[in-house]
Amino acid sequence: MTETAIPTTAPEPKLETLVERMRRRARLVLALRLAVLVFLIGGWELGVRAGLIDPFFFGQPSGIVEKLIDWFSNGTSIGPLWKQIWVTIYEAGAGFLIGAVMGILCGIALGRNQLLSDVFSIYIKVANSIPRVVLGSIFIVALGLGAASKIALAVVMVFFVVFANAFQGVREADKNLIANARILGASDWQMTRAVVIPSALSWILASLHVSFGFALVGAIVGEFLGAREGMGLLIATAQGSFDSNGVFAAMIVIAVVALIAEWILTMIENRLLTWRPETTVHE
Amino acid sequence: MDAISPSAIALHNVARRFVTPDGNVLSALEDFDLTIAPGEFCAVVGPTGCGKSTTLGLIAGLAKPQAGRVTLFDAPVDGVDRRVGFVFQQDAVFPWRDVLGNVMAGPLFRGVPRQKAEAEARDWIVRVGLKGFEDHHPHQLSGGMRKRVALAQTFINNPQVLLMDEPFSALDVQTRELMQEELLQLWAQAKSAVLFVTHDLDEAILLADRVAVLTTRPARVKSVHAIDLPRPRDVATLRYDERFIAIARKISDDLREEVLRARAGH
Repeated sequence: MTETAIPTTAPEPKLETLVERMRRRARLVLALRLAVLVFLIGGWELGVRAGLIDPFFFGQPSGIVEKLIDWFSNGTSIGPLWKQIWVTIYEAGAGFLIGAVMGILCGIALGRNQLLSDVFSIYIKVANSIPRVVLGSIFIVALGLGAASKIALAVVMVFFVVFANAFQGVREADKNLIANARILGASDWQMTRAVVIPSALSWILASLHVSFGFALVGAIVGEFLGAREGMGLLIATAQGSFDSNGVFAAMIVIAVVALIAEWILTMIENRLLTWRPETTVHE
Repeated sequence: MDAISPSAIALHNVARRFVTPDGNVLSALEDFDLTIAPGEFCAVVGPTGCGKSTTLGLIAGLAKPQAGRVTLFDAPVDGVDRRVGFVFQQDAVFPWRDVLGNVMAGPLFRGVPRQKAEAEARDWIVRVGLKGFEDHHPHQLSGGMRKRVALAQTFINNPQVLLMDEPFSALDVQTRELMQEELLQLWAQAKSAVLFVTHDLDEAILLADRVAVLTTRPARVKSVHAIDLPRPRDVATLRYDERFIAIARKISDDLREEVLRARAGH
C-alpha cells in the first residue's frame, strides 16, 4: 500500500457563481415558457392562415383578441361585458361564501361530535356521489332564471368540498395537543377554538382554493341552463351563433377572474397562517 | 405499604386493558400498586412499551382503569383534575401561538383575567430563561427552548401533581442536562409531587427520591428503590459519584432482567 497525496486545494465553488447560475437558470425557464406560448399560439394562428385549421370550429387567436377588444369597447350582444362579468362574479362569490361557511360549520360540528358524524356520514357520502351539476335544473325550475338559482348551484358545489376538508382537518388534530389543552384546563368550546380550528385551518384554506373554481363552474353552468345575463349566457349565445372566437374570449375572461380570486385567497392564507415555518419557495 | 400517611398519587390494584383492532385484549397494566407522597419526586423506569405512559394517562384522568383505584390526594380520579400538570414526550405546545400565548394558555382556560394571566406568563417566561422570545412561534425555537415553553406552560398552573412522560428524551445530551437542572430548581420551589417516566436510568436516579422499576407487559411494580443522595444535586457531576454508581448498578441489574424478558417475549 502506498500513500497517495490527497490534493488539499479542492476548487471551492464560489458563492457568486452559484447565484449567477441560479439566475441564469431562472431566465432560461422564463424564456422557454415564453417560447412554448409563442409556439402554441403562433402555430394555431399560422395553422388557420395556412388553411390547416378551420377557424369556424376552432377559432383563431387574432380573432379572439379582436372579439375581446370589440366586447370591451362596444359591449356584447347581451349587454355590456362588465355587467356580465359582475353578474357571474356575484353569483359565484355569494355561492362560495355561503357554501364555505356552511361547510366549515358542519365540518367542525360533525368532526367534534362522534354521534352526529356516525349518523350523517352515510348521507354525506351519498350526496357527494351524486353529480351535483344536475341539481342546476331543479334550482332553475324552483328558483327561476335570476341569480338565486345560480347561487344555490354554486353553494352545493362548494359545500361538500369544504365540508369534507373541515371534517378531516378536525379529525387530524394532534392528539397530544388536545390532551395538553385538556390538562391545561380547556373546556370543550375553548378546545374547539384554541386547538381544533387552528389545526383544521390549513385543510380548510386548501379546500377554499379548489372550491372557488367550483363556485365559478356552478354559476356558469347555471347560466348555461337558463339565465338572462352572465358569462355563461354569453358563452351559450356565442355557441348558438357558431361564434368559436366568442366562446374562447369568454373563457379567457373567466380564467382571469379565477386567477385573481386565487391570488386573493393566497394572500388571505398567508395572512392567517403566519405561524407556519417558512417553506422553501417554489417557482 | 398501604396509604396510612396522606398520598398525592395512589394506584391500587390497577388494571388497564385495550382491545386491539383484531379483537384481542391487550393488558398494559395488571395489579399495579404505587403511592407517591405530596412533594415527592418519583421516577418510573421500565422496558420500552411496558405501559409507563398508560399509567400517566390514568392519573391525569385522560383514561379510566378497567379495575382498581386511582386516587389523587385520597379522592378518586374522575376526569381531568385541575391540580395536575403534564409534560409530554413530544412537542405539545401550540404551534400557532407565540411563546407568550402558549404560556398564558392555562390561566386563560381556567378563567384568569387576561391582564393577570399575561403578567404571570411574562414572569414564568423569565424564570425558564426565555426572556426576549415572547413573540416567537414554536417553529422558530430549538427543541430545548420548546421544552422550556412546555415547562412554563405547566408550572404556571401551579400543579400539585406533576406528570412527566419522558419529557427530555428527544433532546441532545447537553441540553438534557440543562433541562434536568432547570426542572430540579423549579420543582424545589413548586414542591409538587412528581411522577417522572423515563427509559434512562441515570436520569431517574439523578432526579428522583424513589425509583420504581416496572416489569415487562403487563406492567407491575417490580421493585422500588430509595435514592438517598443529598439535595441539591449537581446534575453535571453527580453521575461520577461513587454512591450514584452503586445505586445505578443495583437498579440496573433489576432493570436488565426485565429488558431481557421483554426481548424474549417478542
